[in-house]
Order: sequence, then C-alpha cells, then structure tokens
Amino acid sequence: MNLPTVELVAVFNYALKGVNLKILDKELFVLLGRTGAGKTTLLNVITGLADYEGTVKFDGESIDEIPTEKRGIGYLFQNLLLFPHMNVYSNISYSMKIKGSSESEVEAKVKRLTEIIGIEHLVNRYPKHLSGGEKQRVALARSLASDPKILLLDEPFNNLDPRTGKHLRLELKRIQRQLGVTSIFVTHNLSEAAELADKIGIMNDGRILQVGTPQEIFFSPENSYVHEFLGAPNILECESCSPIGNDLAEVRANGLSVIAPYDGEPIKKLSILPSEIFLSRYPIPGPHINVFEAEIIKIQPSDTVVQISVAVKNHLYEVETLAETCKSEGWKEGTKVFVKLRLRSIRTWPRPDFE
Amino acid sequence: MTRMKEGVSWVLPILFLILVWELIAQSRLVPIYLFPPFSTVMLSLWLLTVQGVLPHNLASSLLRVIAGFVLGGLAGVLVGIAMGVNSKLNRTFSPIFSLLMPIPALGWAPLFMLWIGINELLPIALVFMCSFFPVLYNTVTGIRNVESGYLQASKTLGASKMKVLTTVLLPLALPNILTGLRLEAGMAWRVIIAAEMVAIPTGIGALMIRSESLLRVDVIMVCLIILSLMCLLFEKIFLKFEERTIHWR
Repeated sequence: MNLPTVELVAVFNYALKGVNLKILDKELFVLLGRTGAGKTTLLNVITGLADYEGTVKFDGESIDEIPTEKRGIGYLFQNLLLFPHMNVYSNISYSMKIKGSSESEVEAKVKRLTEIIGIEHLVNRYPKHLSGGEKQRVALARSLASDPKILLLDEPFNNLDPRTGKHLRLELKRIQRQLGVTSIFVTHNLSEAAELADKIGIMNDGRILQVGTPQEIFFSPENSYVHEFLGAPNILECESCSPIGNDLAEVRANGLSVIAPYDGEPIKKLSILPSEIFLSRYPIPGPHINVFEAEIIKIQPSDTVVQISVAVKNHLYEVETLAETCKSEGWKEGTKVFVKLRLRSIRTWPRPDFE
Repeated sequence: MTRMKEGVSWVLPILFLILVWELIAQSRLVPIYLFPPFSTVMLSLWLLTVQGVLPHNLASSLLRVIAGFVLGGLAGVLVGIAMGVNSKLNRTFSPIFSLLMPIPALGWAPLFMLWIGINELLPIALVFMCSFFPVLYNTVTGIRNVESGYLQASKTLGASKMKVLTTVLLPLALPNILTGLRLEAGMAWRVIIAAEMVAIPTGIGALMIRSESLLRVDVIMVCLIILSLMCLLFEKIFLKFEERTIHWR
C-alpha cells in the first residue's frame, strides 16, 4: 500500500482546529484560503516551527518528536528570507554545507540547480542586487538544495507583477515535476491555485473544508463557504470549440456563441464570476463580442452590491452590480437588458479529470 | 579625482589652522611659553621621538588601551551573545547592566584605586569598563534585532542552534557589534589619558601632567596631537574593517 507522503491527524493549536489531511507522493497540493485561515500555521506545524497537538506523519512515520532541522523539509517562505550576508552560491549551498557535503558535491549540486532554475549567471551576486523574480528563483533553489522530500511554499509569488508571477508558476510546476518532490503551495489566489494544483485544499478558520482536484472544487463545491469563496461562478457547458487565432476560440456553450481565451487544449467548460458580467439596458457600444440579449428574472435587494439573476436563452446567470447602478438604471424583474461577458475574465476548463 | 578632491578639502582647513596658529604665536600676542608656535611643537615632537621619550610613553599607553579594549570588547561580545540568545539571561541582567552602564568609566577610578591599587592593572580595568558596557549593549541589540525569520529559515535548512548562531545570527549582528567597537576604540584613548594623568607615572597622560608642572606647553601640545591621531587611527581601523566585513549591506 502506498502511504501518503505527508499526513496530518487531528492537528490542533492556536490557529488549527482539528486538521486531517493526506498528501500523496509527488503531488503538488495547493492550500487555498483567505488571510488568517491558518494556512501558514499549517506549514509551520509540518516544519515543526509551530507547537501543536495531534500527529504529523511523513511516509506513515510520526515526526512529532523530530526537531525542525532534522525533518528534511524545503521551505520557501513568503518573504523569501535569503541570507543578506551570503551571495547566491552560499545561500543555495547553505543546507549542503551544514550537512557536511564535500566541496565538489556542493559545486555540482549548485551548478545543476542553478541550471534547472536558470540562475547560473547570478551565483556571485548578493541578495540586495537581485530583482524580485531572481530572488524567488534563488530562494527556490536554496529550498531544493538539500533534496527535501517535501517542499513547502508560502505564497512565494505574492509580490511579483502578474506576468512574472505566471512565468514563475509555470517554471515551478516544471521543476516540481522534474524533481518529483511532494509540494504544498499556500495561496489565497484562486487562479494561482487552479493553474498549479494537482489537488486543492480549501481552508477556513483553521479547518480544511474540502479537498479535491481543481475541477472538483470548482464545479462541485461541498458547502456554501467554498462556493462563495470561489466567487459563485457561472458555469457554461461547452458543446463545441473552434480556434480562431490570436489565442482565442469560438465556443458554443449554453446555446451561445462565446469568444474565449484558448491555450490549445479542447475546452469543456467555461466559467465567469458574477462580478465580471456587464449589464446594460441599451445595446453595448464597441465590438459585438460576447454580448447577448437577456431578461432580468430576479433581483436580490441590498444596500451595496445587488445580485441579479438574468436569463439568456433559457439559462440563468448570476450577475453582481452596485445597488446604486441598479437603482439609477431602473432595473426590475422582467426588464430586457444586454449582458456582456468580459473576454479576459472568462476562465476555460480544459481537463475533465473529474468526470 | 573625487578622492583627491576630498583629500584636499580635508587638508586645506588643517593647513589654514596651522598657519593661523603659527602667525598668532609668532606675533607674541600671547607669551610664547603659554602658546608656542606650531614649528616649535614639531621640533619638540622630533626631539621627544629621537630621545625615545615619546615612543616609550606611547607604547605604555598603547599596550594598556589594547589590553583593556580587547578584554572589555571580548567580554562585552560574549556576554552580549549570551544575553542576546537567551531571553531569561537578558531579563535577569538587563536591569543590572542598565544601572551600571551610565556610570562614566572614570567614575570607577577611585574605587578601583582602592580595590586594585595604583599599578598597571588600574588603567586596563578602566578601559575595560569603558569598552565592556557599550559593546555589550550593541551586541545584545544587534542579535535581538535580527529578523526571527532568518533563524527559522536556517533551522529548516538543517542548522543546529550553534550553526544558527555562527552562520546567521552573529554575521547579521556584526554591523551593530562593529559600530560599538569602533565608537569605543576612540573612547578608550580618552579614558587612558585621564587615568594616566591621575594615577600612573607612565604613558602619554602622565607625560602631559609632568609637562604641565614644568610649563612645557609644547610637549603638552605634542601629546594632544598624538592623542588625536591615535583616536582617529583606531576609529579608522574599525571603519575599514566594517567596510570589508559588511559589504553585503
């Protein structure tokens, strides 16, 4: 029987309220939750940096009595914590030198890691002379240098511009696959989670609410918190998909012809958040893409954000808009309107793993 | 070029001071035995050097400063490390050291004269007191100011407590420790001169007080120039050392 690489059994402490969790070998597990949910504390429990009650097992063996320095974990901290007094080479080789590896071993390992991660040219630089993205890479190399069995990553791409962040996520996934290291990635960002995860665990108030593949989580949320956390997205079932160039595809979904982002894989489902659907009483100016006629079915009154259910070709969609706008436009149940799905807000779901 | 400009802008005011000094003294506005010209002071410097008086006294003072400073600095760093890493020790000793630290080093002189006697140990003990507290304070502050995240990072990378101390904590606290040492290096000279003036028959301070009784203002001025140069030299040595060891900042 294959034992899970990491297992938490009834773990309690100041922030965690009975966490049970199994993470399989070579899996990239994403812990997703809002700030204060207990995600970082959970990582600190696994490393032994935070006190806890309960049991943490690696490969079926309890490690509760093993101190942090002997747990053999790679930890990429949120603020990276590269040692400012060491250059990149010394930072990366730190754990190996501590273990007493020979200089030739250290050299070979640093060379290999810096090549894989693409930072060979930085080895003599000090952290203060590195850009944000370079620092992330160096910190990743440092956390991998001791061949950890488990790699923990605490929101490492938070402070990067979106393009660099996306690039590094792809890199991380590639490196994680290449090295086959079981990884736990913490984030509050849904897109980041969907992009990276083999499995996602949704966390709130010190508890794991649901564990599953991104599709399972997204399309079958087990409770209202998860549904709300995901933004209660509108889901569109795709009937066909034809690429039209410029990384776009024309998708037939719910009886509509929708233009959606396309990355080469057949699209099975589309999702769009209620806040990303634009509503107007009059024809929307500009290109007539993803604009459809609709009828308001129901309005849930509120002082700030109003939830509006609209019907488009016999399918219901949830839309969020400001109460002020709803009032000034005079929308009420039965009003005929136009809806526009913002192209860049449409998420495509290519892998029907859960089916 | 910029370095040269800096050098010139540093030297010019000093040359100007020397010139004014020489002119005022040569004008005999003040009796020459009270205010000898710069040239006379330089001549005395030369004579005291070739006669061996200055090297002998300077060596005495220098040895005392080095002994007191090294012992005080070392003790300050060691106790500082212990207090920096151990909260219980810090809580216990902080109030005691906070009470003792404001006492000027020379304030201990009468007590030490009775406890130690008037001998070589006295000035060394005074320099020890002058160096110990500030270095201790800077070491504790330096260690406690190191972001705890670095210690956690180092632990997760496999470092034992001792390794965390030697590879992360101390190097990161070094800027503070060195600043403490540099500031006290100059201070040690000020203390030793005062101690030699009141209690010890050898050294630059003793030479100055003997010159005062003989009305040898030129010798007093030689000693003051040497004192100033030694303070500057000590501080510069530490400044250079700081620049070399903490270039990563």
